[in-house]
Amino acid sequence: MKSCLVVDDSKVIRKVARHILEGLDFAVAEAADGREALDHCVATPPDVILLDWNMPVMSGMEFLRALRETALAPLPKVVFCTTENGSAHIRAAIDAGADEYVMKPFDRETLESKLQIVGVV
Amino acid sequence: MIGATLPGGASNAAIARLASLLEAHTGQRLAASRAWRVDIALRPLVAEYGLLTIDQLVARLDAGEDAAIGERIVDAMLNQETSFFRDPGTIEGLIAALAENGVMRPRLWSAGCASGQEPLSLAMTLIGQERAGEIVATDVSPGAIARARAGRYSRFEIQRGLPVRQMLRWFTECGAHWVARPELLAQISYRRHNLVDDPPPAGRFDAVLCRNVLLYLSPTLRARVLDRLAAALRPGGLLVLGAGETVSGQSRHFVPSAQFRGFYTRDSG
Ligand SMILES: C[S@@+](CC[C@H](N)C(=O)[O-])C[C@H]1O[C@@H](n2cnc3c(N)ncnc32)[C@H](O)[C@@H]1O
Ligand SMILES: [Mg+2]
Repeated sequence: MKSCLVVDDSKVIRKVARHILEGLDFAVAEAADGREALDHCVATPPDVILLDWNMPVMSGMEFLRALRETALAPLPKVVFCTTENGSAHIRAAIDAGADEYVMKPFDRETLESKLQIVGVV
Repeated sequence: MIGATLPGGASNAAIARLASLLEAHTGQRLAASRAWRVDIALRPLVAEYGLLTIDQLVARLDAGEDAAIGERIVDAMLNQETSFFRDPGTIEGLIAALAENGVMRPRLWSAGCASGQEPLSLAMTLIGQERAGEIVATDVSPGAIARARAGRYSRFEIQRGLPVRQMLRWFTECGAHWVARPELLAQISYRRHNLVDDPPPAGRFDAVLCRNVLLYLSPTLRARVLDRLAAALRPGGLLVLGAGETVSGQSRHFVPSAQFRGFYTRDSG
């Protein structure tokens, strides 16, 4: 069973994502900000991370940079999942090392398709 | 009136009229098990015409005063579901298979292209390998062809099957939509074409993709269309069907490709 860490400061989004991911047979863990997510990754690295951009404490971009400085190997796949839908933001995320990008609002098909593209479905 | 499924649902007579309209335009038979979908599919059109029921829509059709209404109804009844790089690996596999056979500038026919994700996937793959080709994209629905030609996709459509890097490379953001770049669209010629009635586009193709279209046709029409597709292919050309589809028992012109899994080869006859 593959594992996914859902990182989002919105409880509602985490719940929706969890529901979809469990339907795709993922073991799901949750974090409410980048700091919490980083602690989780160091302790129990997931196969894939669904990552919000705007969060208190540590943003998605800050998290991504910090994740890439850890000694984790292999690095979990990172799929941004955010309302920042402009091409400048998307490009910045990819340049920072994100593997895929989901523009909110998302549905089951979109999420499944992107997870398939990064090779975890 | 028996058979009215929902309050304001269509009468059996209206469903029968719609079924014969669909068949006349596309060769598709409306299976009884799918008749209930007609209701859902046509609701928006009923509202757009300021009507209340599907029977009223059929009456409007039969009044014969609006030339476009028949086409709009058919367009709404067709399943036009599609996605970029549908059945992962298929498009890349086809382009690679053609190269392996020495075809570097293929002539390709995307038959039943819906809103155009399939021909664009072919074009992205070809240009991405610094190759070119000629892609003809056809569909029976004028609405689908207009959408395909515009190359304009919603956030949901653009994310289905399309890797984000390809999206950034080949599409331009335009409000909440993403529009295919002109150099991509320039590889493709779009036209309306009915697989059941119309002769194939001129010239021989190296490959034809006809995915998730034939399943809606009767066995007789399916066999007829497969003969037409065979005639459009050069000997040794490749036919690509949807993941769940087969030619076996329906055409003597095709054999499963020994070289490439999932593709069919046209015989040399
Ligand atoms: C489910 S879509 C499949 C689209 C695409 N080939 C794919 O596999 O993703 C089927 C398409 O076939 C078209 N179609 C149905 N009957 C047709 C006919 N007789 N001739 C040409 N196209 C037809 C429909 O309009 C629709 O766009
Ligand atoms: Mg947030």
